[in-house]
Amino acid sequence: MAEPVARRVGLFVTCLVDLIRPSVGFATAKLLADAGCIVEVPRQSCCGQPAFNSGDRATARDIAQRVIQAFAPYDYVVAPSGSCAGMLKVHYPELFRGDPNWQPRADALAERTYELVSFLVDVCGVDRVAARLEATATYHDSCSGLRELGVRDQPRRLLATVEGLRLAEMRDADVCCGFGGTFCVKYPEISNAIVGKKAAAVVATGADLLLAGDLGCLMNMAGKLQRDAANIEVRHVAEVLAGMTHDPAIGVPAPASGEVKR
Amino acid sequence: MTDVAAHTATSPRFKDNAKAALADADLQNALKFVEVNFIARRREVADKLPEFEALRDSARDIKDHTLAHLDLYLEAYEKRVVDHGGHVHYAVTGEDAQRIILDICRKLGARTVTKGKSMVAEEIGLNDFLAANGVTPIETDLGEYIIQLRHEMPSHIIAPAVHLTKAQIESDFRRVHTHLPANRNLVEPVSLLAEARGVLREKFLAADVGITGANFLVAETGASVIVTNEGNGDLTQTLPKAHIVLASIEKLVPTLEDLSQLLRVLARSATGQEMSVYTTLSAGPRRPDDPDGPSEYHVVLLDNGRSSMVAGPFRDMLRCIRCGACMNHCPIYHAVGGHAYGWVYPGPMGAVLTPSLIGIDKAGHLPNASTFCGRCEEVCPVRIPLPRMMRTWREREFEQHLSPATVRGGLAFWGFFAKRPRLYGIATAMAARLLARAGRARGRFSWLPFASGWTRHRDFPAPQGSTFQARWAERERLARILPSPASKVMVGGRGSGRDARALGPPP
Repeated sequence: MAEPVARRVGLFVTCLVDLIRPSVGFATAKLLADAGCIVEVPRQSCCGQPAFNSGDRATARDIAQRVIQAFAPYDYVVAPSGSCAGMLKVHYPELFRGDPNWQPRADALAERTYELVSFLVDVCGVDRVAARLEATATYHDSCSGLRELGVRDQPRRLLATVEGLRLAEMRDADVCCGFGGTFCVKYPEISNAIVGKKAAAVVATGADLLLAGDLGCLMNMAGKLQRDAANIEVRHVAEVLAGMTHDPAIGVPAPASGEVKR
Repeated sequence: MTDVAAHTATSPRFKDNAKAALADADLQNALKFVEVNFIARRREVADKLPEFEALRDSARDIKDHTLAHLDLYLEAYEKRVVDHGGHVHYAVTGEDAQRIILDICRKLGARTVTKGKSMVAEEIGLNDFLAANGVTPIETDLGEYIIQLRHEMPSHIIAPAVHLTKAQIESDFRRVHTHLPANRNLVEPVSLLAEARGVLREKFLAADVGITGANFLVAETGASVIVTNEGNGDLTQTLPKAHIVLASIEKLVPTLEDLSQLLRVLARSATGQEMSVYTTLSAGPRRPDDPDGPSEYHVVLLDNGRSSMVAGPFRDMLRCIRCGACMNHCPIYHAVGGHAYGWVYPGPMGAVLTPSLIGIDKAGHLPNASTFCGRCEEVCPVRIPLPRMMRTWREREFEQHLSPATVRGGLAFWGFFAKRPRLYGIATAMAARLLARAGRARGRFSWLPFASGWTRHRDFPAPQGSTFQARWAERERLARILPSPASKVMVGGRGSGRDARALGPPP
């Protein structure tokens, strides 16, 4: 009997994971590999969203063309981010609408692009993970993943299979954390007010772990919780699903002794 | 486009407005009402109506169809109004509309006019203009009445005084209603309502002209439609000698059947009601057999830049039925309220419409002050792609070199590397190592150069070490030198992922 052909996945790791938290990239690669995918990482920088959302279409298009070319060879493109996956899936076709050369290529890329957790569940049919973590977690729905890509139940379904993990829903889990890319530095006071409400909602759950699927939102919420001296660990959902929580949580220093936490 | 009222816009000072709003304890208290009540009520009635999503599609299609044939429907509407004995006036600009309305008032020798709630009247600065020309306008919607006492603009398109607490309103009433006993009890909200009703009753009876807005204009019958919960609109338009409807051209709908569909999504999206308490249609002056009604009926149709929007990228904005759901669900609006936006229309719909009406040079902050969370589009009853159009404004701003130099400079610097992935890889790997070393002890930064906007309020996590791509490349290189069962498929090692980490360069 012929083996089913493995899915060849180009990992779009996202600029934030690349720079700030590579362990999320490795957790993503592991989850994809466990789901039977062949994972490759073509050279990449960013999806171009900062330019796109700042009105600089020319730069956004330039970057998008590079991404489209670099990821053309793969069956699927997967990103551990609803925001970046949404950029490729929803906004690239918008960027090239009416362009006879690039629109078909943008459409073709869009069709094959997925956010990590929804890819695992909806495409690979993953219904459980082999991970274990003693913790009470609360999950924040990042806006782009939720509203552009329909990521809501998939992460909760997989998290429910993590041994030892309890999920405590926060109030307004689907409300923006106030990150918004460049928004958070252009309008820092407003962003702070929004993430302040989010942090309060997180604390109110009594959870000791905050999870989400987008590093931008996670850095924003972690930074606020830490500034407020709240004792809550913040991690990307992929780290927990992959059972890779040995690295210190976001913004937490590595123990001096070299011992791993958790 | 007009300069009427636009000169009063504080939109260019959005950032200062927002800071002041965030520090205003009364406002922050009042805003909780929007965040909690409006959202919950809409959710509840939307969930109860199985065809709600289909109705939204239909509402969108009705408005799109109307906009595609706006000239025909305007003509048909005008003909019906004239047939009923009314007058239709076209106003290209806000000044035109002001002048037309003042002329009507002067011909009738009007000294006071009562007004139903009208955002278009706010848009053209009608009250100040009338007052400056010897005609006293009296707002009869409770919220509008309150903000008129305070000389403020509405802070919300359906709840103009939502930025106020009950205590603030009580103190305004005591300040203004000096003819009433000073020791009267105004503790209960209903006593405030009763007091306003008593004061307004005399004004209704004394008014020479009544001015209302319109939620819809029906081409089929020539009817102008207002929906209210207070009934003030009915008294405004039936008691005086003349009724003036002031409406912008995109309020048209083809038929009464279309109207009924739009009314079903409007009330649900706005206040979470199935229907507003009063839905009132008027189509002309009093007929010989009518027991009451005005002897003159005028409709002032305002363009004010809208006909030029029909052909451009902001056309979808003309579908807006002014329900306020976008602002009710907007985290920015929840944080700063409506006045911070600095002009008549706040929230996401204002962020798209205001630049069209007063210019992107003045209103540039509005479409920028959004996280693009998409909640506004998610609830818009006519499915206006608000975030997409805010982005289009940002593009206009960028093309016209209106965006701040710091933003453009930062983008250019970042773009230089982002367009060169190889160079980007080298630069980010260096930056990651440097930052990781600097932040190793605490794991995060409480201050960073060039990122003070972030670190003023939040810590910034230190990178883990080298970049993912550098680690991955190193891992692949080692895998080639030391062939092992760990093939590409087994990235991250079996189970624990610790192998992958061990293979990477030391953090």
